[in-house]
Order: sequence, then structure tokens, then C-alpha cells
Amino acid sequence: MANVANEGMEYLETLPRRLVTVYLPLGVMLFLLLFPFYWMATTTFKPDAELYDYERFNPFWVIHPTLEHINKLLFETSYSNWMINTVIVSVSSTVISLISSVFAAYAVERLRFSGSRYVGMAIFLAYLVPPSILFIPLATMVFRLGLFDSDLALIVTYPTFLIPFCTWLLMGYFRTIPYELEECALIDGASRWQILTRITLPLSIPGLISAGIFAFTLSWNEFIYALTFISSSENKTVPVGAITELVEGDVYHWGSLMAAALIGSIPVVILYSFFVEYYVSALTGAVKE
Amino acid sequence: MTVQVQVAAPIQRRSAASRVADGRNLLGIGFMIPAAVILLVFLAYPLGLGFWLGATDTKIGQSGRFIGLANFVSLARDTVFWLSIFNTTLYTVVASAVKFVLGLYLALLLNNRLPFKAILRAIVLLPFVVPTVLSAIAFWWIYDSQFSIISWVLIKAGLLDHYIDFLGQPWNARWSVIVANIWRGIPFVAITLLAGLQTISPSLYEAAMLDGATAWQRFRFITLPVLSPIIAVVMTFSILLTFTDFQLIYVLTRGGPINATHLMATLSFQRAITGGNLGEGAAIADAMVPFLLAAILFSYFGLQRRRWQQGSRD
Repeated sequence: MANVANEGMEYLETLPRRLVTVYLPLGVMLFLLLFPFYWMATTTFKPDAELYDYERFNPFWVIHPTLEHINKLLFETSYSNWMINTVIVSVSSTVISLISSVFAAYAVERLRFSGSRYVGMAIFLAYLVPPSILFIPLATMVFRLGLFDSDLALIVTYPTFLIPFCTWLLMGYFRTIPYELEECALIDGASRWQILTRITLPLSIPGLISAGIFAFTLSWNEFIYALTFISSSENKTVPVGAITELVEGDVYHWGSLMAAALIGSIPVVILYSFFVEYYVSALTGAVKE
Repeated sequence: MTVQVQVAAPIQRRSAASRVADGRNLLGIGFMIPAAVILLVFLAYPLGLGFWLGATDTKIGQSGRFIGLANFVSLARDTVFWLSIFNTTLYTVVASAVKFVLGLYLALLLNNRLPFKAILRAIVLLPFVVPTVLSAIAFWWIYDSQFSIISWVLIKAGLLDHYIDFLGQPWNARWSVIVANIWRGIPFVAITLLAGLQTISPSLYEAAMLDGATAWQRFRFITLPVLSPIIAVVMTFSILLTFTDFQLIYVLTRGGPINATHLMATLSFQRAITGGNLGEGAAIADAMVPFLLAAILFSYFGLQRRRWQQGSRD
């Protein structure tokens, strides 16, 4: 993205003025946005003695870093199970959603079958249906289908919010590919299947990455379905396990809780940092069209 | 699913145009099947089932019978339900308004020429990327009644003489969850609006400068009008997400203290899953639908206006 705006007039602003109007407020905002992560990280590595004694130890710093909390989390709880479950569920639901969305988006945007406009509109509306009003009827369905307390319950329900999003995003992406390319291929005798696999998809790789990354993080973050459809400890996902299993009665093990939050965030943050541009274009593309 | 249409196939008696159209329709429907099956079975059907459940007295492990509007009648006399509507409205209105103002402000700040701009933008989006439940756990610790770092700093600075009970008092708890929601929502608003800001041509601002417009006038008469269609869409999404929020409340307060922070979504979860009254919970979820429809209409007209401004057909 080009950063052109305002640059033409910046010579009119002096440095002290910019310091007060731009850098200072930006610094404050960044501090507030990042502080919870800093707090999460320092708490993870603080021994209990420092954690609950602000008088003798400065709370903003870790004086004797320890891996005790992480150790406890990984080897005394089902955390590694939750991690594996979350990966399985996120990857499977993302792959299922991407494949079905590619076909759906291509059909709506390029095949233009009769009624495709209404289908496109229906997909946008489906995108606006929130999980908070679907989880109760879905819970009864999951139970009747015998999927309760299994990964499969999440793998089949996550695509309900991923497919509308991915389809909508890919429709916008397919629209940017010149139609003439497909016409040339049609004239050369290519089938629709060949056009899709040899021309449209290779040109849409950035769009596919955007949709995939975003879908993966959405499924990693999902909470209400996983909370409702999963009951046994070893089948839980990271967000659900962290909040339901790590608190014993009134005893909060803050060190392990923060370690759970930190380690559970790392996979998405790493993925995000490699694909920031794709992630941002998914985010802005989703609200643009 | 993989219906192939050979365009080069020999031409039959029917006209070429109708044959291509038939092929398209057949192929189009074939391509739609995977997405359509999933969405019809796991989205459209449960949406309808939700309305049916709302009109029954279904409990967990016991199929219900039709009781008409009885759930809604009893909810109408339920003070907790009304309190949840009040909380949801307060939560949505305050959090969305603040997210909009601060998000727009952050977007304007980021739209300046800055060193390490790409990195800054990536960092700003972090609260949105990290799973809500996990960042909410961090807020839970920040709001702890004995070890809150906010209380500690305020006491050390001499501004307070006791620890704040963030999540234990009704109004404290309401403001605390609103602040946490704002924290998570600002990046989404800021980054999407920043993308909109970057499409505004600098020549508009230069022309306004030559005409002697002040910074406020440039913002009021150039930035806001050009940005308004994207603002409409972004805020619709933001309002929708805030209104149906569940995770943050579930982690921080579970609706307490004394139901002071129950949103409609958390109350519906509590009645349906924790309490086992699926019918009543579904009725509460159904009560959210009119609000959602209003938001969708708002978004629809926002989109229309955008198309109109861009002079596009459709």
C-alpha cells in the first residue's frame, strides 16, 4: 500500500510540533495496546515469590526468571493435548473451507449461473450470522449426530463462519483477474476445470493465502462452539482448556494461566508475522467490497 | 462435482448460447454443492431450529413440546433478562463509540509519514490477532482485586489509597469489561480505516490548503465525507461483533457480580447450557435477531452509498 496521503504538506510542520501531535499520542497508544502482552510475558517468567510481592520486587521487571510455570503447564496439565487438538481442528476446518470456497466463489463470480447474484448476497448475509445465536441449536444437532465431545463436531461447524468469509474474500479477488485471460483459454479449447486449475487459481495464490491465514486464526480463536460441544478435558482446545481447566476452585495459578495465554498466542502471532500483508489485505478486503 | 464442459464439443441443434448457459448453470450448481451443503445443514437449518427451540420447553436430555410464546412471556417478566438487554446496549454503544473515535484517531496518526511504518502497523494489529480468550486472561490478571498493576501504580503515585475492586462491583465491572473490549477492537477499526485513508488523494488536501482550510476543516470536509462509506461498513461489523460478544464476559466475570455484566449472549449460554433450559436460552438468542437485522440493514445501506459514490453500476 502506498503511503502518499499528507506527504505533500509535511514540510509545513516543524519537528517539535510533530513530536506533540504525532509521536507522543502514538507512543501512548502503542504502550496501552502492548502493555497486556508485556504483562503476560513477565508474569509467565516470574517465580511465585516475586509474583505476589510488589513491595520487595519491582512488579515491572523479572528479577529471577523461571520456567517453573511453563514446566508445570506442559507436563502437569493436558495443555499439549489442547495444542494438538487446536492444530488439528484449525487446519482441517481451514482446508475444508478453502476448497469449498474456491468452487463457490468461482461459480458465483465467473460462471455467473442464473441466480448467482442472489447466492452471492446470501453468502454475505451468512457472513453476518453470529455464532452466539447458533450455538444452542447446533449443540442439539451435534448431540443427535453423535459428534458431541469430538474434534469432528468443531471441524464441521467452524466452516459455517469460515466459508462465507473465504468465499466473499475470494469473490473479490477473482473479480480482479482479467476476464480476457479466461476467454483466451476458452478459445484455445480449455475446459472450465482447466481454466480454474491452470489460470485462475495460480493467479489467486495471494488471495488464497490471505483467506487461509485469516481462516486459520479465526478457528484458532473460536471459543463458544468449543466450549459448548466439548466436555472432556483432553479433547478441549487451547482457549477453552486455559479458562476451564487451569483454575482450581478459588485458587488462581496466575503464572501458569499467563504461560497458557502466552504459549497459546505464539503460533498465531508467528504465522501472522510471516504473512502480515496477506492478513491485512484479508481484513480490509473483507469489509471493502 | 467435477462436471466438465467441453466447449470444443460438436455443436448440436440447439443454439450455442443456450447450450453454454445450460452448461454454466449445471457446472455452477455443481461447484456450489460443497459450500451449499455445509451452509444449509450447519447454518441455515440451525438458524431455523433456533426459532423452533425458542418456542418449546426443551431441556438438555429431554425433547420439548411446543409452548408458543410462553418463553418470551416469561422473559418479559424476568428482570435479569431486561438487565442483560440494558448491559448489552450500554456495552455496545459505549464500546463502539470509543472504538470508533480512538480507532479513527490511531488511523490518522498512522497515516503520517513515520519511520518503520510497516512494523508499526503490524504491531498495532496484535491485540486483534491474539485469541480474545487468551488476552482476556491477561486482563483478568490486570484487574485482579489484590494484585492489580493499575491499582498498584495509582497507589504509588499517591492518587489512591486502596486497591480498586475492578470486577467485584457492578459498575466497576461494567466499565472494566468495556475497556477490555475497546482495547481489542481499536486495531480492527484503525487498520481498516487506515486502508481507506490511504486511498484519499493528497491533491484534495493541497487544494484545501491553498484555499486556506484549517486542519479541522480539512478533516471535517475532506477526510470524513470520503471515508464515510467505509466507516459505515467497519462500524457495522464492529457493532455486530460487540453486540454478540461472549468470550470476554465469560472469561472476566461470567456475567457477575449479581448479573451486572450479563450480555444477552452470556445469559443465553447460562440458561441453555449451564442451566439446561435449551428452549429458554434459544428464546434469548432469538431476541438478539431484531437488533442484528437492524445492523445488517445499516450495513446494506452503507454499501449502497459506497457504490453510488464510486459511480459503479449495480
